[in-house]
Amino acid sequence: MFDRIWCIVIKEFIELKRDKWQRFRLIVPPLVQMLVFGYAATFEVYHVSTVVLDRDQTQESRELLSRFTFTDRFRIVETASTDAQVARAIDRSDAAVALVIHPGFANLLRKGQTAPLQVIVDGTNSNTALIALGYVNLIAGQYSADYAADLVRRGLAGANAKPVTVNLETRPWYNPDLNGRWFFVPGVVGTLTLVVVVNLTASAIVREREIGTLEQLMVSPIRPFELILGKTVPFFLIGLAEVALVAAFGTAWFQVPFVGDPLILLLGTVLFLFSTLGLGILISTVCKTQQQAFASNFFVLNPMFTLSGFAFPISSMPVVLQWLTYLDPLRYYLVVIRGTFIKGVGLDALWPDMLGMAALGIGLLGISILRFRKSLD
Amino acid sequence: MKLTRLKAMAVKETLQVWRDPFSLLIALLMPFTQMFLLGYGFNLDIKHLPVCVYDREASQDSQAFLKRFQASAYFDIVQVAGNYGEITTSLDRGKCELAIVIPPDFTERLNDIGVSSVQAIVDATDTNTANIAMGYAQAVVGGFSTDAQISATDSKGRPLQFIQPVDMESRVWFNEALESRNFIIPGIVALIMALVGAQLTSLTISREWERGTMELLVSTPVSPMEVMLGKLAPYFVIGLLDAAFCLIFGVFWFGVPFRGAVSTFFVATALFLVVVLGIGYLISVKIKSQVGAAQIGLLVTLLPTALLSGYAFPIDQMPPPVQAVTYLVFARYYVTALKALFLKGSGIFDLAPQLLAMVVYAAVVAFLAARAFRKNLD
Repeated sequence: MFDRIWCIVIKEFIELKRDKWQRFRLIVPPLVQMLVFGYAATFEVYHVSTVVLDRDQTQESRELLSRFTFTDRFRIVETASTDAQVARAIDRSDAAVALVIHPGFANLLRKGQTAPLQVIVDGTNSNTALIALGYVNLIAGQYSADYAADLVRRGLAGANAKPVTVNLETRPWYNPDLNGRWFFVPGVVGTLTLVVVVNLTASAIVREREIGTLEQLMVSPIRPFELILGKTVPFFLIGLAEVALVAAFGTAWFQVPFVGDPLILLLGTVLFLFSTLGLGILISTVCKTQQQAFASNFFVLNPMFTLSGFAFPISSMPVVLQWLTYLDPLRYYLVVIRGTFIKGVGLDALWPDMLGMAALGIGLLGISILRFRKSLD
Repeated sequence: MKLTRLKAMAVKETLQVWRDPFSLLIALLMPFTQMFLLGYGFNLDIKHLPVCVYDREASQDSQAFLKRFQASAYFDIVQVAGNYGEITTSLDRGKCELAIVIPPDFTERLNDIGVSSVQAIVDATDTNTANIAMGYAQAVVGGFSTDAQISATDSKGRPLQFIQPVDMESRVWFNEALESRNFIIPGIVALIMALVGAQLTSLTISREWERGTMELLVSTPVSPMEVMLGKLAPYFVIGLLDAAFCLIFGVFWFGVPFRGAVSTFFVATALFLVVVLGIGYLISVKIKSQVGAAQIGLLVTLLPTALLSGYAFPIDQMPPPVQAVTYLVFARYYVTALKALFLKGSGIFDLAPQLLAMVVYAAVVAFLAARAFRKNLD
């Protein structure tokens, strides 16, 4: 039995060895994708292009606006002199934020009254707009607090004025500098593994069916179960190598830390590969041509990507979609891969995800093997 | 070029698409699943973020403070911890993503010196969520401070004077409610166009090679130009149909505003389709295996559309060399045009630079594609 399985394994590796294209596709596209993702995938908000309109032209208004110059969150690209210029800058996307100070700003402040700072934000990119608004609020709030403290110190705020505030000391754990790459790079490792392994498995089996060599295998003494094992073992090994390659490249290039236990990541990867192999075989039993296999891969992988929490937080999704995410093996794998890379947590924290992947993996492999056997008869 | 031969070619290709209902179904279903999943699933704003609290004072004031987090739609208090260890475990396991720790001298310091500090520990694994959560936490605390200031009294029981020098009045343009959906759906149209185009066309010529029907095609009087146009015509129609689906679904189901002209939308879409289909055709001529062609097709059309077009990840936040590269990504112009059409209501003249860039791209790709296919069998 084992030598028959071994034969198939050897056959698959020889096929890979003789197919220069296939080897190229296993190595170059994942690395390119890792690079592009690493550089392009960011939700960080720095240097937001800003237009300012200071219609008060006082010490106070200039002081407030200068605070926006001295932060790397905003970049003043234009100093407007009319409202129309502000509107045009936003319309043409020259600026994403406009800060407008109306006449009488300093007068109100000096009288101890509240003066408005008008902020116009281009909401086209809702995420950037939201975060930029938060920063404007923070900077204006600091100015406000400083101004109030100054009034109190100089005794100008009335006899019984005294600031009462609660400070919030924020401490980001695991990723103290809030570096977005630490979040995305481990995620890319998981996503690429899913795409590469499912594609490889599905297309390898469908190709044999399409060119008719599957029938040749069927007339050989090999049993269906052995054939499946012989076919999956090489892809399993390739999947492991792929994870190692992409993870090593990504962490070295983008300097993402790995603080956890490599053995736990290995365990998670093995469980994840069961699901991906199962999915690949399942797709291959449904499709007759490589074109169909390719189309269905896409059809299945895209939702898995969206629902995995790779970029879009699961806790913000509607409840029904949140339930669906439990059927997505990538969801669990991303928790494991981020948990080991960035958080450095162990099995005591990751066991539910390991269990989820094991259940999905066994289920998918089981169904796919049953279907594959049937499709051979 | 003869119209009859062109027609014959297009009919043949249409029949081939038609008789593979599986692929056709996927091409037509793709817009729906993508729109549905991303329309609902893509939400970068936070709601109901799980919060763990550790109240070391347990006074009326500290409880009032925590109630504000409970009352906010952004946070859900899921756990009340009794020590630091519980907080660590909870964050490690991902049970909560924000932990609020109130010091034992919270009220005392607030009354004595007027300033008290509260600790917020945030799980920064997901940096974007962490960033937004910290912003909202600041806002909740700010609200508490303001009210504390208003209700504070001096030692003789007289109300303290309240000073708030600057107040921020914000107005959001184009996407007034800051809906993630309005931001992402226009971009999805580009993504779907790239998907359908790359996926279907990159297979058309490779399939003929693999099946051996290429020899038949070469022996007919059809010219290379006719082959190209005839092969691409059905996919062009499928692409336009998908675009119409996307527009209808996005506007009527998801309620995304469409403020521009429908005609401009279809002009831009047609240009984009020419580029995508042309690239798919080029690849399919050059690479003779179907799987290879499909993979390379995705790599050069879908990947840049998904990552470098500004559809989800803002271009101005990328490193300058990558920003320079995005000018070569044709999807960038289409995505910009789509977002402007949906949300800003820009006219055809506002979009002239984008449309012009796409015309240039389309011309170059069409020229290369037309020259690529030679009628010989090597």
